[in-house]
Amino acid sequence: MSNNVIVEREKGLLQLERRIAELREASAAQPLDMSTEVAALERKYQEILRELFGELSPWEKVHMARHPARPTSLDYISRFDRFDELHGDRHYRDDPSIVGGFALLRSRRVVVLGQQRGRDTKENLRRNFGMPAPEGYRKATRLAKLAARFGLPIVTFVDTKGADPGISSEEHAQSEAIATCLQAFTTARVPIVATIVGEGGSGGALALAIADQVLMLEHSTYSVASPEGCAAILWSDASKAEEAASRLKLTASDLHGFGIVDEIIPEPLGGAHRNAEGVVARTLDTVDAALTRLAAFSGERLLEERYRKYRQLGEWQSEGLEPIGSMH
Amino acid sequence: MPRPERFASRHAKTAEGNDAALWSKCPKCGEVLYSRDLAANLYVCTRCAYHFRMNAYDRIESIVDGEFTEIGGDVVSGNPLGWSDKKPYDAKLKSDRERSGLSESVICGFAEIGGHPVALAIMDFHFRGGTMGRVTGERITLLLEEARRRSIPCIIFAASGGARMEEGMLALMQMAKTTGAVTRFMDAGNFLLVVLTDPTTGGVSASFAFQADVIVAESKAMIGFAGRRVIEQTIRQRLPDQFQTAEFLLDKGAIDMVVDRRKLKETLVRLLEYVSA
Repeated sequence: MSNNVIVEREKGLLQLERRIAELREASAAQPLDMSTEVAALERKYQEILRELFGELSPWEKVHMARHPARPTSLDYISRFDRFDELHGDRHYRDDPSIVGGFALLRSRRVVVLGQQRGRDTKENLRRNFGMPAPEGYRKATRLAKLAARFGLPIVTFVDTKGADPGISSEEHAQSEAIATCLQAFTTARVPIVATIVGEGGSGGALALAIADQVLMLEHSTYSVASPEGCAAILWSDASKAEEAASRLKLTASDLHGFGIVDEIIPEPLGGAHRNAEGVVARTLDTVDAALTRLAAFSGERLLEERYRKYRQLGEWQSEGLEPIGSMH
Repeated sequence: MPRPERFASRHAKTAEGNDAALWSKCPKCGEVLYSRDLAANLYVCTRCAYHFRMNAYDRIESIVDGEFTEIGGDVVSGNPLGWSDKKPYDAKLKSDRERSGLSESVICGFAEIGGHPVALAIMDFHFRGGTMGRVTGERITLLLEEARRRSIPCIIFAASGGARMEEGMLALMQMAKTTGAVTRFMDAGNFLLVVLTDPTTGGVSASFAFQADVIVAESKAMIGFAGRRVIEQTIRQRLPDQFQTAEFLLDKGAIDMVVDRRKLKETLVRLLEYVSA
């Protein structure tokens, strides 16, 4: 029993998929033509697929973003032409929940970084479920500076519930590590393209997402806090997470509307994992196109535009309330 | 210092209010303190030195030499997400304004401290738990941009429960926005000093609060990225009392010094003397 609503929903589909496959096999082995039955079953299958996944609520998208089969950062990075991973924060340890290094993308030299969750329980334990410790952010800071020194664009993949909330992370100054990482991305005089590929959780996600171009997969989420965290903070009741998910405006289309996300990358019906290969290729194409556009700008211009972009986000809009307490 | 209207009226209310306002009980040692004495002692318990959370206006008064000229006071928020739970977000803002006498979770402006002109940002936990929303980020950004033009140091008093949920991602983006402003300010050769007060957590601690040249914390202030409750739920055990206190952070090397509030102004003046023109 999975606690992922999407995985639950897929269970019946899996049965149907098996039946279609069996029928196909049987039809191939026998002289009897069963293609009309197969076609009917396939039509049925597509119909159910549309019914189940045609319209996803914010809460369902949260689960889609967390789907165990959803492509992770390394699934994207492994499709680069080349990747040479660089390790460690040079102070304390290597944090496997952030991966990064030199890479070639469509023969362009870049530095790539991403939060990495595990694809099974064992890997999840090693990678702390994709929740980076300060050491991870210090590695990211180091690699962002390295990229800037050699004029290499920075490509990031964002996929984390949030920064690790543990004792050791607090002892090693998680706040400082994230704050410094934000500064490194703010000041890097090279193009930065960030893609939210899974869950974008809070400051721990933002640390790799200050960018000139922010892309987001259709069913990814990006939020000020996890819905569970938000419900716990506001209502002391984590079970109200579904309600929080709908209020937080965490979907790609919401965030595109706010100007926080620049471009949405469409996913196949049922989510990215239904055609991982295709989604990864399309994402890398989109990243590459963004890098080509940004290559026209000088470092100075990039910094200026980046500053302006975040400067105007949430700029003062008079929304009905009168200013109070101004000096009479 | 000529008090702003709202400041005077808030205090007037206290003065003519009920008897409860006359006395304050120290939550740590239980001592009952005469409120006027407590105020005169900068809201530090006269018996056990417990630091009460301080109101932004009292804070300003305790730190500046005379005048305080506010910037960004007319920047106010509406309800960008159309958020509503028990009541609409704009109604929450309204009641927080009335209750606290504050227009937002931060007040920014210019003043002199020990004769040094400085830019000041004072966060106040009494307004929406000091959370950072768009107005918080905008006011701090306006302040830093103007301080950069004037080439004067900036002192930020942090007090925050983190990013404000009801403004969603627009609140989170204030971490990026203030980081931009802080970085430009510092890169131009200006001095940033942050005073961490109780409590400073989340999106504020993970952005400008830990980007300063010098970080001072008030005695026993709770400071961290994740809140205590979140950590306890994650690790399923109780944390030691000392964990995430100012003293703990000093020991771990995360901050420069821990200061008793009654020595704070003189400490700030001493520090400013090293870097002022």
